Amino acid sequence: MAKLEVVQILTKKDSGRIWNVSWHPKGDVLASCGEDKCIRIWAKDLLGKWTNKIVLTDGHKRTIRQVAWSPCGNYLASAGFDATTCIWSKQDGEFECNATLEGHENEVKSVAWSKSGQYLGTCSRDKSVWIWEVAEENEYDCAAVLNAHTQDVKKIIWHPKKDILASASYDNTIKFFREDVSDGDWVCCGTLVGHDSTVWSISFDGDGSRLASCSDDCTIKIWKEYVPGNPEGVATVDNDSTWKCVCTLSGQHSRTIYDINWCPITGLLATACADDSVRIFKEDVGSDLSAPTFNLICNVEKAHNEDVNCVSWNPTAKGLLATCSDDGEIKIWNFIDN
Amino acid sequence: MFLSFLRKKIGTNKEKVKEVQNVDEIKDMVYDILRTIKDPEKPNTLEELNVIYEEGITVKPNPEQCINVIRVEFNPTVPHCSLATLIGLCIRIKLQRDMPYPIKLDIYIKEGAHTTEHEINKQINDKERIAAAMENPNLKDIVENCIKEED
Repeated sequence: MAKLEVVQILTKKDSGRIWNVSWHPKGDVLASCGEDKCIRIWAKDLLGKWTNKIVLTDGHKRTIRQVAWSPCGNYLASAGFDATTCIWSKQDGEFECNATLEGHENEVKSVAWSKSGQYLGTCSRDKSVWIWEVAEENEYDCAAVLNAHTQDVKKIIWHPKKDILASASYDNTIKFFREDVSDGDWVCCGTLVGHDSTVWSISFDGDGSRLASCSDDCTIKIWKEYVPGNPEGVATVDNDSTWKCVCTLSGQHSRTIYDINWCPITGLLATACADDSVRIFKEDVGSDLSAPTFNLICNVEKAHNEDVNCVSWNPTAKGLLATCSDDGEIKIWNFIDN
Repeated sequence: MFLSFLRKKIGTNKEKVKEVQNVDEIKDMVYDILRTIKDPEKPNTLEELNVIYEEGITVKPNPEQCINVIRVEFNPTVPHCSLATLIGLCIRIKLQRDMPYPIKLDIYIKEGAHTTEHEINKQINDKERIAAAMENPNLKDIVENCIKEED
């Protein structure tokens, strides 16, 4: 039987709703953020217990929606409802806010670094996605303002291997963006239509050939990339890949699904749901790539006392999962599959 | 509808009796919390204006998961009323604060009662938008004023 065991509950008095947790690329540090406008950095103490080592308080004036570590692990970006994005850098063991990115009209909802470390993406309720180019130390130039979505953009992520950005929106769609090599302009190179309500989160698989999405319509969708000249004969336009929905998982979640995370180590999918549950899905071995099947192998009811907002697999420790909730708690879990 | 379905079952299942009482108690509690909310524009309460009404509140118990899903339907006074979103916001914030335990809440405009019904329903059930709205000082002031209990 597959199961999730609680390793530790991380809690701070009066922290309020916790929106997001993010693992450092080395996997030994966790950052969290939320309603209390501060960022907490957690790491293990000498006894192996996760402890709140650092609290960063003076970056944002309103809720912090998301935090994201740079691929090199030296920078932490935070997206705030105060319309700004802060970049924190670690120097001599201390974090300092060395850049504040302004430009969005209202709440910044998501922030993400490209795998190359060259770009940073942000998105907002103002419907736009911004691409920032990392110029020199602590300098970020706006490379593009993309107004392709017709409603709030809830979440952005970068492809694990290429400088391609994916965005999920309140307009029920997912879009892809890339730089046009001919003129250096950023363009929308794909729109995925299929969800019936807000797409809250998206996650690429390990090599970036598939994308998982979760929505207010209580379903998960798996989208597969068909590259130009693919053997299946799926048509492509302008040398861009076509993405098609190859699987829809419905009936398992009873309320909005706020987050989904595809583990690059195990290939397991984890979801965070407004019905307080955390669920783990596993792909059938030998599944048809054009019509894969995923099974619910673990369903932790009452994983938290309120909505679960975020799930995140540890990038280095197999089976280690972090979740956070409106109940003000962060939980570290260990997934065991016998 | 749901309640009457449950009541029919009372005779055959003693366990259900307790549950039905619970559902009615929760319903009364919810209505009591909501009835005193003041209209953002008029001097009356939402109860006096028939914006909220007892039949608009349904409770769907889920004893297995210990979650009660509460559905509140409201009827904006005019079909193009721009304050419908604000009323939805007041209903959500007051219930979140005053219910003695966490609940799951779905708020809907009475079907056909508003020209942009679907749009508003989506907005007032998006918790991220609600959270951001409550950090806007102007909106927060209006909401606080509407949900303030009179002595």
